[in-house]
Amino acid sequence: MSEAATQPRMPDEVGVPDPFQYMHPVMKKNYGNWDWHERPRPGVLRHVSKDGESIYTVRAGTQRQMDLYTIRKLCDIGDQFADGHVRFTTRSNIEFLVADPAKVDPLIEKLQAEGFPVGGTGNSISMISHTQGWLHCDIPGTDASGVVKSLMDQMYDDFIKEEMPNRVRITTSCCQINCGGQGDIAINVQYTKPPRINHDLVANVCERPAVVARCPVAAIRPAMVNGKPSLEVDEKKCICCGACYPPCPPMQINGDDSTKLAIWVGGKHSNARSKPTFHKLVMANLPNNPPRWPEVSEVVGKILKAYKDNARDWERMGEWIERIGWPRFFELADLPFTKHHLDTWTGARHNMNMSAHVHF
Amino acid sequence: MANSNGGDARDQHATPMLDELETGPWPSFITGLKRLRDSSDKQYAPMVNDLLGQLEHSYENRLGYWKGGTVSVFGYGGGIIPRFSEVADKFPASKEFHTLRVQPPAGYHYTTDVLRQMCDIWERHGSGLIAFHGQSGDIMFQGCSTENTQKAFDELNEIGFDLGGAGPALRTSMSCVGHARCEMSCYDEVKAHREVINEFLDEMHRPALPYKFKFKFSGCPNDCVNAIHRADFAVIGTWRDDMKVNQEEVKKYVAEVGRKYAIDHVVAMCPTRALSLNDDDTLEVDNKSCVRCMHCLNVMTKALSPGDDRGVSILIGGKRALKIGDLMGIMIKPFMKLETDEDYEELKEFAGEVIDFFAENALEHERIGETIDRIGLPAFLEAVGVDPDPNMVKHPRTSCFVRTDDFTEEAEKWYARKGRKADDDATVAAE
Ligand code: HEM
Ligand code: SF4
Ligand code: SF4
Ligand code: SF4
Ligand code: SF4
Repeated sequence: MSEAATQPRMPDEVGVPDPFQYMHPVMKKNYGNWDWHERPRPGVLRHVSKDGESIYTVRAGTQRQMDLYTIRKLCDIGDQFADGHVRFTTRSNIEFLVADPAKVDPLIEKLQAEGFPVGGTGNSISMISHTQGWLHCDIPGTDASGVVKSLMDQMYDDFIKEEMPNRVRITTSCCQINCGGQGDIAINVQYTKPPRINHDLVANVCERPAVVARCPVAAIRPAMVNGKPSLEVDEKKCICCGACYPPCPPMQINGDDSTKLAIWVGGKHSNARSKPTFHKLVMANLPNNPPRWPEVSEVVGKILKAYKDNARDWERMGEWIERIGWPRFFELADLPFTKHHLDTWTGARHNMNMSAHVHF
Repeated sequence: MANSNGGDARDQHATPMLDELETGPWPSFITGLKRLRDSSDKQYAPMVNDLLGQLEHSYENRLGYWKGGTVSVFGYGGGIIPRFSEVADKFPASKEFHTLRVQPPAGYHYTTDVLRQMCDIWERHGSGLIAFHGQSGDIMFQGCSTENTQKAFDELNEIGFDLGGAGPALRTSMSCVGHARCEMSCYDEVKAHREVINEFLDEMHRPALPYKFKFKFSGCPNDCVNAIHRADFAVIGTWRDDMKVNQEEVKKYVAEVGRKYAIDHVVAMCPTRALSLNDDDTLEVDNKSCVRCMHCLNVMTKALSPGDDRGVSILIGGKRALKIGDLMGIMIKPFMKLETDEDYEELKEFAGEVIDFFAENALEHERIGETIDRIGLPAFLEAVGVDPDPNMVKHPRTSCFVRTDDFTEEAEKWYARKGRKADDDATVAAE
């Protein structure tokens, strides 16, 4: 081997790539100069610049975890109809940028023919933001892509139409760390049993003080087990959060039956009307039931139906509930209210009703 | 399952549960994975076959089978997420299945040409599976052997892409489409995103912070990249002067939807009662009460737009559950002008101060929001040189447990600042 070949290549620390080399020329030309927009039909946006130029955006759903044949197919479609310029949204939808209005309808037809749903704009249910799951994470309690595929199949019509009261943003997460984030509806793993410790492995793989420090309720103590240094968990204190598991894999938090799914509602990122909010627990202990998670689908379906039938235009899920009150929400969505809905964490008192305001 | 490319079907793992994810109208990632598995002439076919086998195994047993480890590329300490299979005896070809976290262009713009180049690189060295994008914003090239990781990175780096963050480091950032296609945008997101992140690349590539640190850039308070919840440092576009109203378009809107609808859905939904519909169907805006929530601008896209005196608000401390519970960013800079090159320099300087504060004061594995909670907002403000401002609070304190013997001096500082501010304004007005 030559001297040069054995020398490792130093990285070129380019950082964030310059997007102007990839941006559609109409967008580049009108950068910072847009005036207004409209949605001619679900899945299509038309933005008009102050100079009167327009760009059409056609938005389509993808499976996010894409094989390169799918990406190349999307590229072919982009070359044929969108001058070779595309972008992605934060929810993994692909957007084709089209300067020529005559190409919009043929593009939509082509996407639909190739199996890509056109929609996700305005008051639709957009793609679920999600995470890795069994496909790739080292700590997942469930799969992410599979749950999402199942739910998007179910909500397909509400992706391609704009018939919800306001946009609906759904997220899923495959552990309580919740990489998926806040959502109008969030479907998240909720562990139900304290970690089971494989004491034979702890001494080798865990940095014990770090794990002890990680526990939010100080339930972990160093202990000698069978003459070896290990850890023990005070199961009365443990809140089954799973925080000890990533730094110490022998503290197995997942169990085939004890890893459950919980459903949360009313999270909102935008500042529109109400301030941003966190999602709130409404249902727990749903079985982790691959490959289609039917129990989760059923509850999500009930919540969406109640929202669609009862909310006013522009009310997000949480804002609608704020108006009608939680008692009515649980009634309309046909869900039980239990002691587990009463917050017990720091600041819990702020979540209680300290007034005589009551909904009947 | 039939093998479309004529490969040897006997070697393929049966995937009865995953097969069920191929039905239904939404695009199926399983169908995509099978296409890779069935490309028998490609290096990744065996790897993806075993990946599918392991995934089916997870579906059957409801457990995950990956573990972490250490893999990196030459010169960097982070950016590769190592994955080793715990069931490699059954599924040897996917025993190493690492992810490259790669930073996307600001605003997620691509040409089909550059996407194809990425596909070609990943066809040679990876699994053929790419996610656009992870929730932090990275393009995730999922599935690479340890041996190929360097090769894949080198080629991606040659075409202008760089690794993102992992571990206790500055993480990959994201910015909304903003200026490129959105009339709500109040600053140049591309410039802010690139200038800030590229200034601190060392913190990304060589993890040395107490824990992760994320920036996100949204052009307006619609916050399309979810910065307030999900970024340690959220940059949100806003404006200070009056919003712009095109009264003719207001009238057209009211004529189109009806008075009752306009009142119920625009005026009555304003969170601060800043709107009123006049008898002649024009709109009256009480701009001093408006909090720039964006609702009326979102509904009446032709009639209303942000004002001209634009800049950003900065909120600090958003994060998810671990360890003390979810936090949203707290308003730290209600307004920073962001127009000239000097303004962008100032943003970078402030970002640097906050990162330095974090590096010096956060405990190990503590996010900056938790540090602020631990030490109190006043101590944080003092450390980063920001004066207290009533925009930082929902309301002033309700607890009397505080020592206030220097209240008078603090009040004098406030009056001095106010006085100075009045002088500044007077100078500007006189210019
Ligand atoms: C132990 C292994 C972990 C793995 C494998 C993992 C994996 C991931 C991945 C793949 C993403 C998307 C990344 C991207 O977009 O590039 C992500 C994002 C995220 N992770 Fe993790 N994660 C881990 C630990 C954690 C921990 C300990 C926390 C919290 C304390 C956390 C909180 C998050 C959050 C909140 C996001 C979304 C961030 C955003 O929206 O910007 N993760 N994680
Ligand atoms: S939510 Fe948890 S299990 Fe899922 S990808 Fe994130 S860290 Fe992994
Ligand atoms: S699961 Fe959570 S509460 Fe229980 S021991 Fe682990 S870190 Fe502590
Ligand atoms: S955050 Fe505001 S400026 Fe950015 S894309 Fe969303 S609406 Fe437009
Ligand atoms: S932007 Fe929001 S707060 Fe301001 S006037 Fe419009 S609805 Fe009211």
